Amino acid sequence: MKLKTVWMVPTLASMAVFASACGGGGEEPGGSEESSGGEGSGEESSGQEGGSGDIAIDGSSTVFPIMEAVSEEFQKENEDIEAPVGVSGSGGGFERFIEGETDLNNASREISEEEQEALEEEEIEYTELTMAYDGITVAVNPENDFVDQLTYDQLEQIYSDDSDAETWSDINEEWPDEELDLYAPGTDSGTHDYFVENVLGGADLTRNASTSEDDNTLVNGVAGSESALGFFGYSYYSENEDDLKAVPVTDDDEEAVEPSPETINDESYPLARPLFTYFKNSSVEDDEDVEEYVRFANENAGELAEEVGYAAAPDSVYEENEEKIDEAAGE
Amino acid sequence: MKFADTTVSNERYEENTQRLSKRHIWNKAFKGICFGAMAFSILMLIVLLIRILTQGIGFLSWDLIVNFASRNAEDAGMLAALAGTIWLMVVAAPLSFVLGVGTAVYMEEYAPVNRFTKLLQTNISNLAGVPSVVFGLLGLTIFNRLLGLGASVLAGGLTLSLLVLPIIVVASREAINAVPTDVKQASYAMGATKWQTIFRIVIPTSLPGILTGTILALSRAIGETAPILVIGALTYVASTPSDLFSNFTAMPVQIYDWTGRPQEEFQNIAAAGIIIILLMLFFMNSIAVFIRTKFQKRF
Repeated sequence: MKLKTVWMVPTLASMAVFASACGGGGEEPGGSEESSGGEGSGEESSGQEGGSGDIAIDGSSTVFPIMEAVSEEFQKENEDIEAPVGVSGSGGGFERFIEGETDLNNASREISEEEQEALEEEEIEYTELTMAYDGITVAVNPENDFVDQLTYDQLEQIYSDDSDAETWSDINEEWPDEELDLYAPGTDSGTHDYFVENVLGGADLTRNASTSEDDNTLVNGVAGSESALGFFGYSYYSENEDDLKAVPVTDDDEEAVEPSPETINDESYPLARPLFTYFKNSSVEDDEDVEEYVRFANENAGELAEEVGYAAAPDSVYEENEEKIDEAAGE
Repeated sequence: MKFADTTVSNERYEENTQRLSKRHIWNKAFKGICFGAMAFSILMLIVLLIRILTQGIGFLSWDLIVNFASRNAEDAGMLAALAGTIWLMVVAAPLSFVLGVGTAVYMEEYAPVNRFTKLLQTNISNLAGVPSVVFGLLGLTIFNRLLGLGASVLAGGLTLSLLVLPIIVVASREAINAVPTDVKQASYAMGATKWQTIFRIVIPTSLPGILTGTILALSRAIGETAPILVIGALTYVASTPSDLFSNFTAMPVQIYDWTGRPQEEFQNIAAAGIIIILLMLFFMNSIAVFIRTKFQKRF
């Protein structure tokens, strides 16, 4: 008697869990066909990628919304090919790309020299494609009526760790003597890297800035403080236009440009930056599914990027991409 | 004599009442402090729940459960994440239960008390406090890369079971330790072997405690994002796992992605997703409560 009741409990519990799992799987349209062959063939195909109809994509969280949209549309047309997307960050994604685990890696920055060397060592050939443009938007609180533009020099003065600017009046004497309340993306972010490299000339970001890896936190910070200044991806500005004021930026003494899909697309906005995806040449060459996906991505990324809040790259970029894909596919 | 006696006792009486009232004040003050601590945590919980409920409840929909993720928040659902989380639990629950209870039984009933086992005990307790990312890195190195399981449901489940194992061991040991010695000795007196005693007396008696600990530990595992992301869980998947080697996404990963999006609609469905995961947790915890009340024995 006792023995029975003891072992009933865990058995029943695990059965209940199993049953609910099966229920979950059953809701999936066409799921049963897949799972019927799954158990037996599972052990042989223990790899996570390869020619199993799966395309392995990983990388930057900034590029993710674009690739998610591409995969979503791609799978509507090719139901038997799965194209899931992971988010390991640009750097983490390259690590997996170097290990040969992924076919495509999304990156919000160019591949680094170390990563190039590692790929050479592993004898992995790759191709870089520019998928879309993002514009790093410098924004202030809407209540701020004195800042009408910022130059790169001023931004450097504000954000560089070498500078001792503490108040707005330190930047421009006409501006009020209010303390700078700074917001910036954290060091893990590609936006941070781009800003440091191109605006600060490689200097460290000031320690006075509140940093966060979550751009929404930066948006809330700037929206909540009248003397605030922050920078983040364009989509975070365009979704919160009522709570923020974008500051036109200039990298020399010419007229400052405000970010918009048009000024980012034609690169007249100085802080426009390209977003990339890198594909493994051998995947495109050997696997028709991957080739089809890469071509599909190149054809649709611009339009889909605009839909999710980024800007398309100029048409010439996509034409160039096509030639690169042709070359890699050996056509 | 009689007179004097009364004064003394009167003085004592007054002194005593003074002391007593002081003690009563302390008594009340301490009660107040405890009540404050309780009220604070409950208040925080209520604020959190209200915030999530008011933001998310309007966005709870059937679509959220049966659709895959999408770039359009209106069409987006968490089917892949929901299925992924259930698969992870299917792997992690039985495994961590068997390993955890086995370890606890060995340590409480068989292991000799010496320096080595004491060291082992301290280390297991310490393991319960190791940040979950560290377990993720362990899972990435061993299950994903070394054993070649890839970023699969199996690798994820194994990683999560490692994560909750120390908690289950500690909880199970407490439960086994609480089994009265008389009952065990009575069993031996009847001529039962150690195995029979453990199997028929110790485990059944401590089962409510063990299961409560296990379910609470698994409830923690359900909400973990970091270790799963580290072993390579995906964020966008348009299919549910078909076997143990499928790649997957899980609910906390999906919610994390949505909260980070610039569009407010995504933050709203993230709140709705949080409500779903809270309901799952609530369901699991009520199983724990049910088991405890149903099977609890008092000696």
